[in-house]
Amino acid sequence: MDLSFCQVFFDAQTCLQGARPETWVTVFSSTLRLATPLLLACLAGLISERAGVFDIGLEGKMLLAAFIAAAISFVTGNVWIGVVAAIGASLVLAMLHGVASITFRGNQLISGVALNFLAAGITVVVAQNWFRQGGRTPSLSGDARMARLDLPFAEALRDVPLLGPIYSGVLSGHALMVYLAFACVPLTWYLLFRTRFGLRLRAVGENPAAVDTAGVSVTALRFGAVAICGVLCGLAGAYLATGLSAGFVRDMTAGRGFIALAAMIFAKWRPYPAMGAVLLFAFMEAAANTFQSLQVFGVAIPVQAMQALPYILTVVILAGFVGKAIPPRAGGQAYVKEH
Amino acid sequence: MTVFQPYISAASALALSASLAHADPALMFDLGGKFDKSFNEAAFNGAERWREATGGTYRDIEISSEAQRVQFARRLAEAGSNPVVVMGFANAPTLEEVAPEFPDTTFVLIDAVVDLPNVRSVVFAEEQGSYLVGMLAAMASETGTVSFVGGMEIPLITAFACGFAQGAKAVNPDINVIVNYTGSTPSAWNDPVRGGEIARAQFSQGSDIVFAAAGGTGLGVLQAAEDAGLKSIGVDSNQNHLHPGSVLTSMLKLVDQAVFDAFTDGPDMETGVVTLDLAAGGVGYALDEHNADLITEQMQEAVESAKAAIIAGEIVVHDYRTDSTCPVF
Repeated sequence: MDLSFCQVFFDAQTCLQGARPETWVTVFSSTLRLATPLLLACLAGLISERAGVFDIGLEGKMLLAAFIAAAISFVTGNVWIGVVAAIGASLVLAMLHGVASITFRGNQLISGVALNFLAAGITVVVAQNWFRQGGRTPSLSGDARMARLDLPFAEALRDVPLLGPIYSGVLSGHALMVYLAFACVPLTWYLLFRTRFGLRLRAVGENPAAVDTAGVSVTALRFGAVAICGVLCGLAGAYLATGLSAGFVRDMTAGRGFIALAAMIFAKWRPYPAMGAVLLFAFMEAAANTFQSLQVFGVAIPVQAMQALPYILTVVILAGFVGKAIPPRAGGQAYVKEH
Repeated sequence: MTVFQPYISAASALALSASLAHADPALMFDLGGKFDKSFNEAAFNGAERWREATGGTYRDIEISSEAQRVQFARRLAEAGSNPVVVMGFANAPTLEEVAPEFPDTTFVLIDAVVDLPNVRSVVFAEEQGSYLVGMLAAMASETGTVSFVGGMEIPLITAFACGFAQGAKAVNPDINVIVNYTGSTPSAWNDPVRGGEIARAQFSQGSDIVFAAAGGTGLGVLQAAEDAGLKSIGVDSNQNHLHPGSVLTSMLKLVDQAVFDAFTDGPDMETGVVTLDLAAGGVGYALDEHNADLITEQMQEAVESAKAAIIAGEIVVHDYRTDSTCPVF
């Protein structure tokens, strides 16, 4: 392949690497895996904020879910029991957030930050107490981890040009949770825009007084949204600990909850653009992992710059350069019934 | 003034002897925490070994944020602990601030150098140990490509990478060494997910042996290697048992010995820079029942002769930290 055109822009090694199809199969398949926890957390935040409850605590819910998933999977040897337990744990935090910010009308941001601190501390303390391995769980193996699924005909199609690498290399061979996460995108869209519950949920985020006047409980709707958020965060955390890696390590979410929030703003609180945003962010992370010494026009681009890109893009969006991101109008405000 | 002088010196002598009488050593861990399966846990093991051997007692303290470094080091010195052993390169500025305030207390810094009269700085020749595991990797590799996953991109970790690459190239000059780092913030030490993905990206580029020097992130790297049916190399402590049959070996750094020695030498120890290299037995590679089948006699012979040559000074392994360059990158 003629690489001279590529070398006008990039360094020789990057061009050589980029010319190999296998490189891109790895990058895209890694993109799907890295996007999964982001996507679940992003949809979680989206549903919560559409109902008018800001949720900074995605990170904390994922972290606690990751720990509980790893711990319970290790003890029972069955990853699905771990997943259910993780959803339960994440729901507990979600309900705490609900009680603090819906029932007691506390500041939603402060409640979310508090949950993040709570999760960061409690996971390490409990892990140390249970397993005595320095705040981590033992490594999982066998049925305690999410198995990788091969899509039907993946082996047969492997050698078909173009289709083979895409279907067998990129799309096949992930844990069930990856496919589930992407199935959640149309489901979320349908729930929000085609059901009565979704209409009310969006209304409660824009104008809760109108919903209340219509005789629908604002509190119940918001609790419903917060609960869905908890379930999705639970799935995200469980996948992180039992699918992507094999066990829990202190602070293993490493800021993914905040990237998910950034993706949500980037997507302006809409499900399909949210999928696009997390795929973009995950692609950048996967590319940064693969091409670590990137040079453009002879200038070395530090990896750090690639890793910071999601945040920079979000700031650009928020500054209004790419379009205005308008949050739900009643977002962040507790609803006080008029007497 | 002159009249009081003897009294003051007598009083301070009394205070000194009083503090010497129950001068217990103290140990301050770095942010990774006491049970990190690696650097800090090795220090804890060394201290425990000293306690069992001598029946003495010691204080220890774990910091949980950057802001506590100076505060806790000062507290240990004020409480009369002597010597005070402080873990980690990040504590060099801590001792630069605290050590001059307590001239009668001896401090020990592990992993960095502070040039003060009452500080012993213990540094390891990581490049030499990495050189040996680099040789093993090159000999075990079937694809002619090996790789390295570092934690935070700091000179200490680059020294690991540079030594590893030098060892690999010594065995096979044409070998391809891929070097990646996890990130540039402390979260790079605790991101096994990213570590695993980086390792998978390296495998797709042909690597079949990966060396992880990345704390908790390394666990994800080791796991990814086992999942892919390939080999990995652990770091600091012996990590061979984590995935028997998949972990080729571990680059050992005898932090426990450094702490044990510091506690044993007591307050009157020799200060200055102590370099624990291959000759001093401060670094090495792990060979036990978990990897006995992976290291052939031939490989072991080659590594042992290289080890002897390094100790004799016939092979000089370049240390990245001396001039911030690496001859093989």
